[in-house]
Amino acid sequence: MSIFVNKDTRLLVQGITGNEGSFHARQCIEYGTTVVAGVTPGKGGQQLDTVPVFNTVAQGVKETGADASLILVPPPFGADAIMEAADAGIRLIVCITEGIPILDMVKVKNFLATKNCRLIGPNCPGIITPDECKIGIMPGKIHKRGSIGVVSRSGTLTYEVVDQLTKLGMGQSTCLGIGGDPVNGTNFIDVLSAFQADDETSAIVMVGEIGGSAEEEAAAYINENMTKPVVGFIAGLTAPPGRRMGHAGAIISGSSGTGEAKIAAFKENGIHVCENLGQIGRICKDVF
Amino acid sequence: MKIHEYQAKDLFRRYNVPVPEGRVAFSVEEAKKIAGELGSFPVVVKAQIHAGGRGKGGGVKLAASLEETETLASEILGMTLVTHQTGPEGRLVQKLLIEAGQKIERELYLSLLVDRATASVVIMASQDGGMDIEQVAKKTPERIIKVYVDPLMGIQGYQIREVAFGLGLPGAAMKSFAGLLSNLYKLFVAYDSSMVEINPLILTQDNAVLALDAKVDFDSNALYRHKDLLEFRDLDEEDPLEVEASKFNLNYINLDGNVGNIVNGAGLAMATMDIIKNAGATPANFMDVGGGASSEQVENALRIILADDKVKAVLINIFGGILRCDIFAQGVVDAARKTGINIPVVVRMEGTNVEQGKKILADAGLDLITAADLSDAAEKIAAAVAN
Repeated sequence: MSIFVNKDTRLLVQGITGNEGSFHARQCIEYGTTVVAGVTPGKGGQQLDTVPVFNTVAQGVKETGADASLILVPPPFGADAIMEAADAGIRLIVCITEGIPILDMVKVKNFLATKNCRLIGPNCPGIITPDECKIGIMPGKIHKRGSIGVVSRSGTLTYEVVDQLTKLGMGQSTCLGIGGDPVNGTNFIDVLSAFQADDETSAIVMVGEIGGSAEEEAAAYINENMTKPVVGFIAGLTAPPGRRMGHAGAIISGSSGTGEAKIAAFKENGIHVCENLGQIGRICKDVF
Repeated sequence: MKIHEYQAKDLFRRYNVPVPEGRVAFSVEEAKKIAGELGSFPVVVKAQIHAGGRGKGGGVKLAASLEETETLASEILGMTLVTHQTGPEGRLVQKLLIEAGQKIERELYLSLLVDRATASVVIMASQDGGMDIEQVAKKTPERIIKVYVDPLMGIQGYQIREVAFGLGLPGAAMKSFAGLLSNLYKLFVAYDSSMVEINPLILTQDNAVLALDAKVDFDSNALYRHKDLLEFRDLDEEDPLEVEASKFNLNYINLDGNVGNIVNGAGLAMATMDIIKNAGATPANFMDVGGGASSEQVENALRIILADDKVKAVLINIFGGILRCDIFAQGVVDAARKTGINIPVVVRMEGTNVEQGKKILADAGLDLITAADLSDAAEKIAAAVAN
């Protein structure tokens, strides 16, 4: 098993004819993902290699039975693209786009509450179940099939963790980034509960960062609900308060959202804390 | 994006959120002229900088006459104002807001911000105006009222009443307050604010409410649809290297350490800063060149970091995903050729096209220190700084 995506996932790519869209659609196909459709308004009827392009997500779903969507559109169109996918009955929406206005996402999140779908992101690297399905922009070849679940708020930081795991012989069940924005879809707890329920996942690496309180809430959830071991890492202990550290969500506001508070919450709740990123693979080897 | 109090009050006026009469002054002469035109005393002389705590730092004073306005304006204008938000170096005051003094009955607190956890706009209010709201929240959380507005519905009358009664406003002030709060919400949404704060909001002796202070912060992601806000940007309030970096869409923050660093991705960039600290040095900056950086952006990133005198060594940490290592390496080579590198530079690269990237760096014959992995990079940067 794995979580959220597997070899049966049928992917539609929104923004497929753009630079990034076409590049990453091809990368996903090369990895083995079943890409059945693309959408670019006004380019319906064209093809990207063998993938048919539609004007709307609804048409793409109707014609191809797509059940997941990868969004690679510019930020002003991000919120609209997510809502279009949700309205068309897409079950899993993965939004890579960075820079969507926060108030757009606030509306989207409330809209999605009325739909039966899951959003991953935005501002995330996507999700991968190694050897089965890659929906995102992560480099596929650093992954290896195995039993560790990886969840993170970051992109390249996740690649770093996965790379260390793979090099030490520890494969992954599913790896996903939930995104660096303050308002996002799937949160840590959603992923943790899915990993806990997944037979293939035996242990979890959780990578957080400064800003907000998602890590603290996840830590309390882990303590109460999880039996599988968790290794945790927090980025941004040296970040100054009041400054947005690249990610819109990575900001210490007043005294809330500090790395120290998150690490303390991890320790209090039985999470194995990694304090030095260079050692995270080794720590996982020891703990798992 | 932060703006000044006087600019925030201009926006408030456009949205019919009541503020005291007043204008910005760039010189003592202008300050005097405005005070004269306001027609009555006292007037308030307020330093305009992008930081809170101005009153405590001596940047806000009451003047009882034209002469006193002149004295205070010449004292405050040009002073280096140090507050708990400016850091010990403080900020040079280059603008003043000259405002009509008010007869204050009560001081209240009111703010609107995006609540991450509930994905809504939260209205926060308290009877304890004029104080540090963080302290109020910590010591007496029951004195803070929170009302969550559904963004799809907008603010409702009952929610405004909930805040007003929570603040203990007299019936005679209800109408004035309802107008203020509903207009403030309109402004918040119309301009994609991430925060609007009025501290204090005052109740006057004739039962009107008025924003005595105004603080507005905008969501930088949404600035593309508010071109009119760009006129509010004040480059004097920004770090010159940060201004330079912003021209190339580089996510850069100048810090006070000695190890410069260039990383792709915000999370990895923060973690790299932490690694530098763990290795016994301190990060001189945060620099995320982004997922899809061009050679030109990388070149400018390195140039900006090398232009910073406090930087004694540089750590480059790249995990190529979208950003290919060969593109990155070319940027490093271009920067090295144009600006020259005369401090130790440790490079750690991994991911997409890493072999081509390493070849480009090797062929260029630059004096770079290569690291096999993060632990190795940390050791090498520590050694470089120690020398």
